[in-house]
Amino acid sequence: MMAQIQQEDKLNLGAKKFSMWIFILTSFMLFAAFTSGFIVYSGGRGHGLNVILPQAFKYSTAVIILSSITLLMASKAAKGLQFGKQRLYLWLTFFLGIAFFAIQIYAWYVLTYKMQVYFTNPNASRSFIYVFSGMHLLHVLAALLVLLSTIKGSYSNIPQVRNLFKMDMTSIFWHFLDIVWICLYVFLLLNQY
Amino acid sequence: MSTLAVHDHGIVHHEEGHEHHHKQTFLNTYVFSQDHKMIAKQFLITGITMAFIGMTLSLLFRIQLAYPDKSFPLLETLLGRFAPGGRLSPDFYMSLVTIHGTIMVFFVLTAGLSGTFANLLIPLQIGARDMASPFVNMLSYWFFLLASVVMVSSFFVQKGPASGGWTIYPPLSALPKAMPGSGEGMTLWLISMVFFIASSLMGGINYISTVLNMRTKGMDLWKMPLTIWALFLTAVLGVLAFPVLVAGVVLLIFDRSFGTSFYLSDIVLNGQVQPFEGGSPILFQHLFWFLGHPEVYIIIMPAMGISSEILAVNSRKPIFGYHAMVYSLIGISVLSFIVWGHHMFVTGMNPFLGGVFMITTLIIAVPSAVKTFNWLATLWRGNIRFTPAMLFAIGLVSFFISGGLTGIFLGNAALDINLHDTYFVVAHFHLVMGSAAIFGMLAGVYHWFPKMFRRMMDERLGYLHFWITFIGAYLVFFPMHFMGLDGVPRRYYAFTEFESMKRWLTVNTFITWAAIMSGFAQVVFIFNFVYSIFFGKKATQNPWEANTLEWTTPVEHIHGNWPGEIPTVYRWPYDYSKPGHDGDFIPQTVPYSQTMTSNLPHDFEDNPAGLEEYNKWASANKINEQVK
Repeated sequence: MMAQIQQEDKLNLGAKKFSMWIFILTSFMLFAAFTSGFIVYSGGRGHGLNVILPQAFKYSTAVIILSSITLLMASKAAKGLQFGKQRLYLWLTFFLGIAFFAIQIYAWYVLTYKMQVYFTNPNASRSFIYVFSGMHLLHVLAALLVLLSTIKGSYSNIPQVRNLFKMDMTSIFWHFLDIVWICLYVFLLLNQY
Repeated sequence: MSTLAVHDHGIVHHEEGHEHHHKQTFLNTYVFSQDHKMIAKQFLITGITMAFIGMTLSLLFRIQLAYPDKSFPLLETLLGRFAPGGRLSPDFYMSLVTIHGTIMVFFVLTAGLSGTFANLLIPLQIGARDMASPFVNMLSYWFFLLASVVMVSSFFVQKGPASGGWTIYPPLSALPKAMPGSGEGMTLWLISMVFFIASSLMGGINYISTVLNMRTKGMDLWKMPLTIWALFLTAVLGVLAFPVLVAGVVLLIFDRSFGTSFYLSDIVLNGQVQPFEGGSPILFQHLFWFLGHPEVYIIIMPAMGISSEILAVNSRKPIFGYHAMVYSLIGISVLSFIVWGHHMFVTGMNPFLGGVFMITTLIIAVPSAVKTFNWLATLWRGNIRFTPAMLFAIGLVSFFISGGLTGIFLGNAALDINLHDTYFVVAHFHLVMGSAAIFGMLAGVYHWFPKMFRRMMDERLGYLHFWITFIGAYLVFFPMHFMGLDGVPRRYYAFTEFESMKRWLTVNTFITWAAIMSGFAQVVFIFNFVYSIFFGKKATQNPWEANTLEWTTPVEHIHGNWPGEIPTVYRWPYDYSKPGHDGDFIPQTVPYSQTMTSNLPHDFEDNPAGLEEYNKWASANKINEQVK
């Protein structure tokens, strides 16, 4: 225990984890700003969304929720020292993340080519759909890289403290992005008409 | 648990340091350094460089304002197509104003000020080996340098730098063809700001995490110096406000380059109707000022913290109302997020909403006044040492009062109809956040120069620098109030074109010469700064006889700050001239058991065992006195 505290402290892991939370806060502010912008825009000008959102968003939401569950399993496995299981669930999470990414792009395709709801739109409320999902995808891209580094860590023989630390950092980020997407999707659904 | 961890940290690090020393090379010592003290110096020197660039730009447009009809062939030689026939072109004039504002607000007074002093003081004053993440801290500097280089490089593109004002309001900034400066110059501005914001966020996250997680044993929040409180709250503001600017800027980039219409509507450009529809330029103003207003407190609060510390040290008195100082900083921080609308009174805002923003704005006068009176009360009957740092700190108080008073005028929704976008505004913010903040920064440079460079700056040159700058700043900005009251708008190229403004030309000439004079004073400073780095008097460990932890570190810089264990903190940082003590200062590291003669009952408020010991000692000593 004592050794663990020393180890952890030498690398400032606690402080770094705290930094991750503050980063989450900045990211939260970014999406808060976009959604507030949407409210000011659509309220001030009487421009509603008036778009039935593509079904694909439902599937992507399901996929990202599933990916959060697999990541939880990976964390549990890591804590129980079952590294094979941890790797398996991490890879599952990673591929679900890629799937989410792909479905979002597909949703854009549906919006653009099937529904003629373009990004370049005189009604900027509709452009906001792309901004919300696009900025979220940028974050997902970053999270996928973090996830990859954790997977890489689980293959090389790093100390368990570091392994758990990497798992924690990834989890905070990933679950946050999950929640953000659900919020954005619900926000768009509520403003659909 | 946490104190245990910090304690262990000290030992572990120490041992490790002996086991395998990193090889010191030029690259990892001076360039890619992860040591917070070196990063602080990098921020300072880059900040000073940017300040000189910003100042030179202001002198250029001051020359235009003073002599609108005169030709200066030298200008054409230096600036080429930007000054055809020796006169600045109107477009370039707008660029100068824009980039001067951008550089001063963001690059000097945000990164230069917070970056320098947060990096230098946070680990040293709270007793930490370094920042939470030294690597991210290094990245923060390199993003800042990159942003600086990109911003300055916009002077070298064909059509010149951005010229829509530092607030880059659309539609002007969103249409590359609207004016020369909205082309590549604007693109570079946006790229630069994206890097700048990234740098700011990385720095801010580190500062917050370090202050909250890595304080030494005994350093609870109420034992932190006011500098740390100020820098901490500044970082919190930055972390909350900058992402909102990102949102605004991202949408602006989409409007500029992707053809969306977030901000654009009903645009006719050169007789051609543009396809943009339905956008709202006011939306940008909301997003911009939601950052923009906290930003002015991001600028002034570190300067306030630095001055509080310097005023207490050099008055040889505890800061007056330590708790009130902290609560007023917190009050300013909270209020800063609900006042942004006062920049937008004349945008056609609902007058009721304007009234709300007016009330919140005027409430800021309360914490500001608390701070001002506390500074004055700290000076009152102090045993004042007029070091250059002290003079600059007092200068901050002066500018904050005289500039703050006009804020009460401008905060009124009704008066603002008259005063909006006039020189009255220019005078107001140059005094209250421009001059005040730069004086805070200079005070900090003079005060912590020995900590940074192990040598002292020359005092006489410091006095010369202070008096010329202080008088010069008032001569420059005070007359502007009257121009503003007369309705003279800001950002105008030549006053000779307007009958009603012609009479202010002589005043403009006067202001320009005052500005040139102040500019020369900065040359004195830079000479003093550079000369002292190499040839200044060697500094002692605690040259100002101050209480805070940074002066317990050895003069020689070492990685990890303290050679042995990190010292433990026992008392607040303002025990100056405590009655009953033989010296006039007691450092934070001195336990109460060593200062029995000066202890007071309230020193043991949360320490019953200590109070008991104190009472025992007090009654025993009373008996001795009676025997005598």
